[in-house]
Amino acid sequence: MDGMTAPIPDDGVPLAPPLLSVESVTLEYHAPGRVVRATQNVSFDVWEADRFILLGASGCGKSTLLKAVGGFIAPREGRILLDGRPVHDPGPDRVVVFQEFDQLPPWKTVRENVAFPVRASGRLSRREAAERAEHYIDKVGLSRFADAYPNTLSGGMKQRVAIARALVMEPRVLLMDEPFAALDALTRRKMQEELLALWEEVRFTLLFVTHSIEEALVVGNRIALLSPHPGRMRAEINSHEWDLTSGGSPQFQAAANRIHDLLFERAEVEEESHD
Amino acid sequence: MTDILSADAKTATRPMPPVRPEYERPLEPLADTTSEEVLPVYRRLWQRAWLRKSLILLCLALLWEIIARLQANELLLPPFSAAIRALAEDTISGVIPDRALNSLDVLIKGYAAGVILAFVLTSLAVSTQLGRDLLSTLTSMLNPLPPIALLPLALLWFGLGQGSLVFVLIHSVLWPLTLNMYTGFTGVPETLRMAGRNYGLRGLRYVLMILVPAALPSIIAGLKIGWAFAWRTLIAAELVFGASSGKGGLGWYIFQNRNELYTDRVFAGLITVILFGLLVENVLFRQLESRTVAKWGMTR
Repeated sequence: MDGMTAPIPDDGVPLAPPLLSVESVTLEYHAPGRVVRATQNVSFDVWEADRFILLGASGCGKSTLLKAVGGFIAPREGRILLDGRPVHDPGPDRVVVFQEFDQLPPWKTVRENVAFPVRASGRLSRREAAERAEHYIDKVGLSRFADAYPNTLSGGMKQRVAIARALVMEPRVLLMDEPFAALDALTRRKMQEELLALWEEVRFTLLFVTHSIEEALVVGNRIALLSPHPGRMRAEINSHEWDLTSGGSPQFQAAANRIHDLLFERAEVEEESHD
Repeated sequence: MTDILSADAKTATRPMPPVRPEYERPLEPLADTTSEEVLPVYRRLWQRAWLRKSLILLCLALLWEIIARLQANELLLPPFSAAIRALAEDTISGVIPDRALNSLDVLIKGYAAGVILAFVLTSLAVSTQLGRDLLSTLTSMLNPLPPIALLPLALLWFGLGQGSLVFVLIHSVLWPLTLNMYTGFTGVPETLRMAGRNYGLRGLRYVLMILVPAALPSIIAGLKIGWAFAWRTLIAAELVFGASSGKGGLGWYIFQNRNELYTDRVFAGLITVILFGLLVENVLFRQLESRTVAKWGMTR
């Protein structure tokens, strides 16, 4: 653990303090009649402009962890620090893009949907909000649909609106909870490309939850692997060398296999030996 | 031939697709598919809902006319034409508009008060546990209670005036609307709630900017039910205790004319009540729906 909290980069220059620190966080939620532990003693640090991935099978508490960072769930133990300040409530400095399409209010057009959060959080005037919304709608390529209502958009377009809406807030961390999981494979690939292109341009900090090893390798520069029931840290892996063009290469396959082994086989052996 | 048959027989249980040659070709240019088929006039007319509904109304009126003429007893069942004539006469003489205005005046007061109270109660219920308990207890207790049953009490408390009418109207609107609103609020998707809280919306702003529009289909349904209940209750209440300080409504008009055995005027009063119902449902609420929930794709 000590080695991971204070990493020394290759060039030997010490790092600035992390933007987001999750420190020994244990999360629990109440199911009827019992308390379920979602994660146990999970720690990780996210630095500015990271594309940090939380990867794990279902039941590893990765979505719950993301919601805790979002401020929707209070940790049972441990704490979450953003810029050194503990996270208590949901706030516009941590905007979430959810998997579900119904995250967009259906009564607002694309333009209104994107401008709404900046207006609601009272950061900008109406005109400034409109201008900035215009800018990000253009960034995600939806200018032609700016006046359409969400019910007339396809799934991929809805997720693009959600991403634009998140970026417009210029959050400290952009939280994405399996944002492309409900999309078809072709659209998902396109969205990954677009997300990376946006990151190249804007350099936002991203915390991204996925259950797909390939998506993790392609989208992220660092991957945290979580084992399920309850979620515990298994490993942190660098993946900055992979991008959308590296899929299918032997090295990429090897990395994917390594992650697969870490997540499944060895974890199972470990659990059996515990029992 | 026999060979093929025997081969067929062998693979009959496991069919294999044939391997076919591949091909690649340039895309066909886009065909011009915008030409619209022009429907014949009667089909286009039939697609108009108001026309179909008017036709139904016309058939009902015709049926009424025929039955009344066969019956030939103007006291029990005056023909449709007589009722319309009475309606026209009393509309021109100003009696029916006057009575209808009296009714509407009370109705709108009671309805508006009911809607505001329902909103307050539901907002309490979505924000606190105690409010939730209060709402579920009150609605399960009072929703089944017919408003007319409260009228004697209301007369005792508020006297023979608008006050007691407004009181029973509030009672008739409040509970069904509250139930519908609350159901709508609880049905708002979790993701949308979290998105709203993510913007930092809290309290009344959260209710007004997220919950109310998201629950609008249920709220409109509740408003419709509340409107119908209020109308019914008002007419019934007017029938029971008549005019207040010389300002009777439509119910009073119906009651008075029945006493004097002007059955055609009784029907004229009933038709007026029905017309108001149709108007509000088909114009006011329809417009509200097509401008909001239908446009947003929240209802069909």
